[in-house]
Amino acid sequence: MKVKTESQTPETEMNSTRSVKFFGIGNAGMTLLDAMNCEEFAGANFVAINTDATSLAASSVTVKIHLETKLLRGLGTGGDPERGHALAEEQFSTLKSACEGADVIFIVAGLGGGAGSGISPVVARAAKETGALVLAFVTLPFSCEGNRRQQQAQQSLEQLKSVADGVICLPSQKTFKLIDENTSVLDTFRVTGNLLIEGVRGVWQLLTRPGLIQIHFDDLCGLLRDRHSESAFAFVEATGAARSREAVEKLLAHPLLDEGRALAESSAVLVSMTGGKDLTMAEVNRVMEQIGRHCDHAQIIMGATIDAAMKNKLSVTLITAKQNAVAKTEASANSPEEMSLRETAPRYGVRQTSPTPSFSLDQREQTISRRGRRAGSKMLQAQLPLAIVSKGRFDKSEPTIHKGEDLDIPTYIRRGVPLN
Amino acid sequence: MFDDSNIIVGLEIGTSKVCAVVGEQNADGGLNIVGVGQSRSRGVRKGEVVDTAQAEDDVRNAIVEAEQMADVEIRNVYLGVTGGHIRGFNNRGVHPVVSADREISDDDVQDVIKNAKAINLPTENNVVHAIRQHFFVDGQDGVTNPVGMLGSRLEVDVHVVHGHTNRLQNAIRLVKGLQLEVDEIVFNGLASSLALLTNDQKELGALVIDIGGGVTDYVVYVGGVIKYTGVLAIGGDHMSNDLAYGLKVPLSRAEKLKVEHGSAIVNEAVKGQTVTITNELGLPLKTVNVEHLQRIMSLRVEEIFQLIAQDLENAGLFDYLRAGVFLCGGGARIPHIAKVAEPILQMPVSIGQTNSVSGLKSALDQPEFVTAIGLAKFGSFKQRKREGKTSLAAGIKGVFGKFLQRS
Repeated sequence: MKVKTESQTPETEMNSTRSVKFFGIGNAGMTLLDAMNCEEFAGANFVAINTDATSLAASSVTVKIHLETKLLRGLGTGGDPERGHALAEEQFSTLKSACEGADVIFIVAGLGGGAGSGISPVVARAAKETGALVLAFVTLPFSCEGNRRQQQAQQSLEQLKSVADGVICLPSQKTFKLIDENTSVLDTFRVTGNLLIEGVRGVWQLLTRPGLIQIHFDDLCGLLRDRHSESAFAFVEATGAARSREAVEKLLAHPLLDEGRALAESSAVLVSMTGGKDLTMAEVNRVMEQIGRHCDHAQIIMGATIDAAMKNKLSVTLITAKQNAVAKTEASANSPEEMSLRETAPRYGVRQTSPTPSFSLDQREQTISRRGRRAGSKMLQAQLPLAIVSKGRFDKSEPTIHKGEDLDIPTYIRRGVPLN
Repeated sequence: MFDDSNIIVGLEIGTSKVCAVVGEQNADGGLNIVGVGQSRSRGVRKGEVVDTAQAEDDVRNAIVEAEQMADVEIRNVYLGVTGGHIRGFNNRGVHPVVSADREISDDDVQDVIKNAKAINLPTENNVVHAIRQHFFVDGQDGVTNPVGMLGSRLEVDVHVVHGHTNRLQNAIRLVKGLQLEVDEIVFNGLASSLALLTNDQKELGALVIDIGGGVTDYVVYVGGVIKYTGVLAIGGDHMSNDLAYGLKVPLSRAEKLKVEHGSAIVNEAVKGQTVTITNELGLPLKTVNVEHLQRIMSLRVEEIFQLIAQDLENAGLFDYLRAGVFLCGGGARIPHIAKVAEPILQMPVSIGQTNSVSGLKSALDQPEFVTAIGLAKFGSFKQRKREGKTSLAAGIKGVFGKFLQRS
């Protein structure tokens, strides 16, 4: 393990006094970080973390952390998140020191593989311990990547949600709506990446640009936290005289919002608008009115900022959080028939998650050295994808069913009320 | 000491406690409570017996205690029943008056009531009560006593409460196993309403909600008669269970927390407040957030009222309840419960008081005892009717004699 600091980026020079660090974890995370490493994100610190030395060397990011032990023999985690996890736990102090000095930490990663899924939750925890606010932007794998990766991604997502202040996740499968038959694999991944970066940019602008109607970072975290939620986001830009109408139309047609359906289902929506000096109140009003009409049940948080450079342009960032998200994520990765089936079945919004496994030193060694014994790792017990809620004392008595709802299950769970 | 024929005993085998109330009928027909016995119930879930041996023990203890306090020997009881299987509905019986002069006789009245009770029930169900509401003579509404009137067609509305035969028999058999006779079985909700409501309130229209340990019974009176009965198999047990699950504490602790810190609304004052639960040695075990506790509870309480409100709205009874809502049962003790119920039910809500009994008043005027007192009161109505001293105002008609002998 070594921390290579090739050159120190200057301390934040933005108008806000907040210092922000971006952590790209795993191959996907690093690729995204490379794409973000441009003048638009000036003032942020980038940190790349990976287990694979070759890809780390190719990155343009300045601060790199190479997680490595002898047992991996320089070959990375081999897609096993437990190895990544154990490795990160081992070097927890290094990660923590890398997190120090930042007020806000963004984690960018692709879940499903070994490094992204294994390390991200640990980094989030390390960042949390330094007192920073943690926001994770992650992608979920395409469903064609197989069950195992999906499962690993889901597990990691749950872990992330339990430690990070906010998790915004993008199921890659959704980008299929954006691409056509002839799009190459490379382009497809680029599209996914760009979508994620757009989201990061939206939040970044929210935090760095001076706001007329400010959105505090706390608002954002409050929106994402404790809703057992998957959040969806969209970032659109429009120009011209009819830009407000165009922006709303684009939003409602946005594939990541399921053509506006995500809005209707959401329980909280954050809208941030950025425009040039010519942004009028009427335009702000029009956009908000339209969005409000599509989500009458949701709590809406709005903000507006002025950017002199955005002449004649209006950009809208929208982040929604909805309940019962776990089932939804899975549904979106499945066929439409299955999706509708799940929609009708009662859901309880809560899934039992196993606590993050804690490893002793020996166990860590064992896990890491398991390379070559693939069959052994296959024998691991998988989690059942069921919402299991123990009914305690009523376990064996006749259930009280009212309109298909089992009333023996605590009300707050059936209604998805968060206890924070 | 007492003449046993005047002794009436109400026995409620509840989910949280078994309660026996001994009443004595005084000379002018009123009921005087002379003894109470109670015991923690361990063999009952959701209002129904699930462990006969334990329930038998508990009933025996309660009866013995009541006997000692009242200094009588208990031989007969009026037994309260409840459970999610109990349903109520209204039925109408029709009878053509065939006599030459078209005068309605007593026999005609008996016949029409018999017709109203002839109901198509599933074979495994049995009628608990068939309560007379109003007579109609040639379509004329609101006749309370048609004997002597002229008419060609006599109709009567009855409210029928029925339940699953075997599950009703479980409780009866248990009591009979203790060498006690069951005079009659009574739906708990009906008993509670008898204990709480005055005739004026019944006339105005009232809703009685009895939130017990395992079930919530509710009864609607409109125009002096019972129009609707319902049972919701949710009660205080569910709140304890929710807390045990949500706060991750053992059930017994959850029960204690519920009693000590429970509330039907989330108090602003408890935001961020915590309580530490300790083990028997006084060492701290776990810290519990009081706000979470109250939120879990308030959601459950709200839901109970929402379900009842929905049910009554479907039955179209909301506009007739001018006397308001009366709460009883252990659940009525939850702080601020009336405040939660009022906006949901949209009428005044109060904790019911057992007005129409005398003796041991202060000790008994507590929501938990309402059902048992009501059972004794039901018994006193019956007794009076049997003796033929006064006509029975409530017109409650038990049909359980045959059913009891069969068992």
